[in-house]
This record gives sequence, C-alpha cells and structure tokens, in this order.
Amino acid sequence: MSVIAPDFKLSSFIKSLLDNIFWILLLLVLIGIPLVFMVLFVIPLPVIDGELLTPFLALSWIADPSRTLPIIQAFLETDIFRVMAFPGFGFAALLAAGTIFAERKMMAKIQLRVGPFYCGKFEGILQLMGDGLKLISKEIIIPAKADKPIFWAAPVMFVAAAAAFVALIPVAPGWVVADVDLGLLAVFAVIGFFPIITILSAWSANSKYPFIGGIRALFQMVSFEIPLILSLLGVVILTGSLNLSEIAASQSNFPWIIFLPVGAIVFFITMLAELERIPFDLPEAESEIVAGWLTELSGMMYGLVQLGSYLKLYAFAGLFVVLFLGGWNGPMVVPSLPLELIENGIEMGPITLKISGLAPLLSEVITQEMLNGTLWFVLKTVGVIFFIILPRGVFPRIRVDMLLDLGWSKLIGLAFVNIFIALGLLYAGVLGPGGLQ
Amino acid sequence: MNEIMPGLALQKVDERIMTLNVGPQHPGSGHMRLIVQIDGDYIVACDPDPGYVHRGEEKMAEYRNYILNIPHLERPVIHDSCNVLYPYVLGVEEILGIEVPERAKYVRVIASELNRCIYIMYWLAIYGIFLGHSTMFMWPAGDRELLIDLMEKMTGARVTHAFFVPGGVRNDLPANFEDVCLRYVNYFEKRIKEYSAVFYDNPILIARTKDTGVLSRQDAIRLGTTGSVLRASGVDYDLRKKEPYDVYDELDVHTNVMKEGDSYARSKIPWLDMLESCNIIRQALQKMPKSGSVRVKLKPNPKGKGLTSVYKRVESGRGSLGCYVVSDGKPEPYRLKLSVPSFRNLIALPYLLKGEKLGNMPSVYWSLNYWPVEADR
Repeated sequence: MSVIAPDFKLSSFIKSLLDNIFWILLLLVLIGIPLVFMVLFVIPLPVIDGELLTPFLALSWIADPSRTLPIIQAFLETDIFRVMAFPGFGFAALLAAGTIFAERKMMAKIQLRVGPFYCGKFEGILQLMGDGLKLISKEIIIPAKADKPIFWAAPVMFVAAAAAFVALIPVAPGWVVADVDLGLLAVFAVIGFFPIITILSAWSANSKYPFIGGIRALFQMVSFEIPLILSLLGVVILTGSLNLSEIAASQSNFPWIIFLPVGAIVFFITMLAELERIPFDLPEAESEIVAGWLTELSGMMYGLVQLGSYLKLYAFAGLFVVLFLGGWNGPMVVPSLPLELIENGIEMGPITLKISGLAPLLSEVITQEMLNGTLWFVLKTVGVIFFIILPRGVFPRIRVDMLLDLGWSKLIGLAFVNIFIALGLLYAGVLGPGGLQ
Repeated sequence: MNEIMPGLALQKVDERIMTLNVGPQHPGSGHMRLIVQIDGDYIVACDPDPGYVHRGEEKMAEYRNYILNIPHLERPVIHDSCNVLYPYVLGVEEILGIEVPERAKYVRVIASELNRCIYIMYWLAIYGIFLGHSTMFMWPAGDRELLIDLMEKMTGARVTHAFFVPGGVRNDLPANFEDVCLRYVNYFEKRIKEYSAVFYDNPILIARTKDTGVLSRQDAIRLGTTGSVLRASGVDYDLRKKEPYDVYDELDVHTNVMKEGDSYARSKIPWLDMLESCNIIRQALQKMPKSGSVRVKLKPNPKGKGLTSVYKRVESGRGSLGCYVVSDGKPEPYRLKLSVPSFRNLIALPYLLKGEKLGNMPSVYWSLNYWPVEADR
C-alpha cells in the first residue's frame, strides 16, 4: 500500500490552486509562451493559404485549429522529432521499457511465479515506473577515493553511446535519424566505445570488484567484437553497401538469414556477449564479484546504466533485424489510409465531415508504407528480443576461459565459414550486388 | 615471513596478488568471510573465516534443561531441524535408557527424510543462483513449499519444528497423513526428476563444473570430509547404512556414490539423495505400525550423580552430525558438544580452491554442502 499524502483532499488542492492562480498564470506566460516561440523559430514553417506562417501568425490556430496540421507536419519532418521521438530515443526507450516488463513477466512464467503484480491495475504494468522513481529518489553515494569527474561521466557516456547506436538503426523507409553511407562502420565505431566507457567507470571507482568486473567486460567485449564484425561481412559482400537502409531495402525478396544462417548464429551469440546477457553476464557475475563494474554505482547512475543497456539491447536486436531478417520488409498488412474520405468528407445525412489539411500529412509523412514498415520492424525486433531474453531462464553463467575460447577459436572460425559462403554465392553469380537479387 | 610477536607475522606484499574479502556482506559468501588472494583470474590462496554467526549454542545448552534445549538446538540449521535434533534426542534416550515406541521410530525416520529433502532443496536453490541460473533458484525454492506444507501438517510448524523429543516425537500424525504424504512425495519425486533436464544435463553447467575442484578419494578421507562430499569422491559411507539408528536397518537404503570427486559430482549427490529419500519415505509409510503410542514418559536419570556421557551421530543432509552429551544427573546437560558436518567439509575448501579460477569459487564453495550457521553453531 502506498500512500503519498494521507491528508490529501481534492477540495483543498483546488483551493490552493485558486489561491495561487496569479502566480501559476504568470509562470505559464513567462515560460510557456517563450517556449512555444522558440519551438516555432526552430521549425522551418510552411506556407499556408499563400502566406508564410510566422510565429505570430502561427498563433492563429486559436481561430482556425486546422492550421496546426501543417505545423505538425513540419515538426514531424524536423531532426529534433527524429532524434527525440520516433526513430530515435523516445521510440527506443518505449520499446526498452516494454522489453524490461516483458522480460520480468516471461522470467516469472518460466520460474513458476507471477512477477510484478501490484503496481498498476493490470499485471504490475507500472512497476518499471515505480522502480524508476525509486532510483531517482535514492541518494547517490560515490566512493571516497573515486576519480569523481570520470565516475560521474561514465553512466552519462554509456547512455549517450547507446543512443548514438539507436540513431543508426533504420525503422521504416526513410525513417532513420542518421542515414550514413558508412552506417555499418559507424555501428562498429559506436560499439567500440562501450568497453572504453566500462573500463573508465570501473577503474575510476577505485574499488576491487568493479575493477575485476571492468577487466572482464573489457576482455569479453574486445574479444567478441572481432567475430561480430566478421559475421556481418557476409551481408556486406552480398549487398555491396554499408548503408543500413540500403541493406534493409536489398532484402525486399528474401532476408539474408536464408543464405547466411551461420553468420546469423555467430552474430546472435556475439550479440549476447556484447550485451552482457546470461550466459555471458560475467562482468556482472553476482556470486563472484557482487555486481561487477556496477557495484559502486548507486541511485540514478545505476538507473542510467540500466537504461543504456536496454537501449543497447533494442539497438542490437534492431541491427539483427536490419541485417538478417529483412528490416522493415514484409507483406502489406496495414490498410490503405482513407485519403479521399478525409478530403471529401463523409456524407452522413445533413452533416458533412471535412477536415482540410490532413491529407498532405497522411500522404507525405505518415504513409501506408511507413506504418507497415514500422509494424514489421517492431514485430521482428520484439521476436529477436524474446530470443535474447530466453537464455536467462535456462542457462547458468559460463566462465571467462570458456568465454574467450568460444570467442577466439570457435566463433571466428564460423565467421570465416560464413564469409566463404557469401563469397561462393557471389562468385557463382547466384546473389550479390550485380547478380540475381 | 618474519614473526614480530608469537602468532603475529608480517607478510611480504606481492604487487601481483590482490586480496579479496569475499563476505560476509557479499552475495556469494553466506554468513562468513573467505579471504581470497588472486593472481589475475587464478586463486593463489583461500582462507575461510567462519564465526560470523557464532551463537554459543553449546554453552546455552548447559543452562537449559533437556526439553528446553530442543528449540534452540535446531537453530543452527533450521531447514534441517529434525536431523540436527536427532543425535541429541538419541543420546538423551540412551542416557535415560528409554525404549522408544516402534511407531515413533518410523515417524522420526519420515520426518528426518522430509527434512533432508527440504534442506537439500534450499541448498540446491542457492547452488543454482551461485551459478547464475535463476530458474534453478526459483524452482527448488517453490517446490520446497510442498514439503514444508507437509511438515506443517505433521508438526504444526513450517520450519523450526521442535518435533523430536527424548522418548519419541512431540505429537502423533494427523488423521489420513499416510495418504497425503504418499501423494505429496510422489509428486515431489516427479518434480525433482525434471530438474535434470534444466540443470544437471545442461551442457553449460557440465562444462563449468566438471573437473573443477577435484577432491581425490585419499584426500577426502584424509581431510575428514563427510556426507555428500565424501560420497562424491567415491567413498561409500552413509551412517544410515553403516551405523543404522532407529529403524534404518529395517529399510532398504541405497547409497549414492560417484567416483569423480569434482564440483559436478558433489552437486549431483544431494539430488540423488533426495530421490533416495523419497524411496525411504515410501518404505517407511508401508512398514509403519498404523496405530500406537508415539511418546513415552521420561524418567529420572537412573545412573544418579556421576558423569555419564554418550556420543551419537546421524546422517544429516550434509553428512554425519554428532552430538556428545554429558550428564551429571541434573536436569541440565553438564556439557553438550555438536560435531557438525559443515565445519568438516569447509576444511577441504582451501585445498580445493588453490589454483582454481575465480569463476569456479562459488561452485566449488557451495558444492561442499556447507551451511555457515551450522559451522559456527
């Protein structure tokens, strides 16, 4: 039972609002209006009814609400929206939150218990929010001998690197934050940051268990980066491109996993190791080294690292989908959007419903292809995340020497086998940039 | 090493060696501390430091009479409480020269075998989480509830039963207990057989624990280990067979022995013991007299004022557990000494961990079937 304020009464709350109405309005005006204007100055404003929409004119939506639609459309096409909301951080964070909830419920079902149950009306769906609030409200304790600036910066850098990784994943045709021509190389560059951040955090904590955990993380990530990169070369050879959007588009007929199953398996295993998931969660091995490199992190610093690791989980699953499962490609299941209906209105007795201005939004930004692509991408990503989570229920943790043996001898060999398969397909003329697609 | 005072020596500091204090506030230590010195990933030396939860059970026993000693003597291992009390009760009975009713003997055997299962399930749950296998933590912890419910029907308490008393057991079985017990035990056996699929046949578990912390047959005997550790090293030693107490000689007890002596064998023997316990319970339920007294009245010590002592031992969930009771004719014991298997098995730990990898520490440590609270008493 959680009681925030036992003496809370709605009537007294409203009364306090009325008492302070002047200050509330003043604050709203002082903060709200400049904020609206700042946003409007940043957005490239469109031409409506033959006149350029200035920030002052934009406020005319109060008289004509349909005038907001072009602004929304313009806002959806800005970089801010892409970075903050849809293919970028917000979307990824939403999926990551869903992943955490699904993981806890799924583990609970495997282990014959109920999992989060009480927070929120339905099956403890608000548990994550509660955990987040708890982490925010906790005191952050920093070891006395820690290297404080680096120790503070490491969790933030971790989230930033994970967000940079998320920015490279194309979700739907044209919907990607950073559409780089050397996208795959950028992915490798971003992945290369994680071991550095980990060892920085571990070393700066100046404590024994984080140090051992950091060294283990370094071993693990560095030695698994090589098979990770090698396993993706097959796809690059067959596609002839490093651009992730082009790689996804090249799989319109069939996903690469049909021809390169070995590469997909190697990539999946290295992905588990890079994500520090069971059975490769040695850097956080609880019974040996407490919480590994996370031992000294407390409060929201720990929360940031967790957020970063789940963003990374989403990004890796998205990368697997883009490279091996065909990205956004899939049968068209979203019904075509009723453009004519919206433009011409619906004849319903004496009233005709007509919304002007919605048609360009639906035909240019939120198209049928975009919705369908997003749907398939999300479905495939969730499927991959399911298989990433599943080993946690059935496997114990493995040992460092077994891990390194697996990475250096077995996975690298398999990755080379995968490259030879790709080269064979290329030289036989069966597949490839110039062959049958 | 130069000694500055008797017993106080300075040690040379080696820059390569890192000393880790594993515990007592560590998720992988239990209520004790392991001082582990590591060189890279290899353990150079391990010094177990028990005593964190020492409660002076033996001294406490000298201030309480024989009946009041029952509840606190089972505190060292509350999950195995019947087996901890068993040698004490047997010893007091021998001092007093009481003959226990036949039915009470069978009830005691059933209770102690159920308690053995409850203890091993708890041990197995922790072994699972020590290896990072969270499902193996939840399953035994959940299935254990079944037998705890059964013990609650039997004794009235879930964990600390205080069920054995000198002269029999505290109360008779409830009506219809035999059928319920048989059903529960059959289901329990079916359930624990499923563990092999997810845990004991798991390739990662086998790769991790096979050939780690190998204790040879000679070393196992020389170090004085007992119970599952001894039997995993190939020594067929089970007090239920070697020195049968109560009615174990009338039951067909099979001893599980494995030759490997590694962590895997040490972790599998308790699981096989649970299956064997199910067999014993079924046999005992069949042979048990259907009615009769379960407790005889105690009488004063017939030997009078002189010191009489008796040492009795039983096979507990961890190995042979002995109790030495000295009576001087007063209502309180003159001296009571518990000889616990946990402490004997712990002695093997520094030998096993030397040269092992740090990743093997939890599996080797917990495979010794060690209960820190019992070792401290």
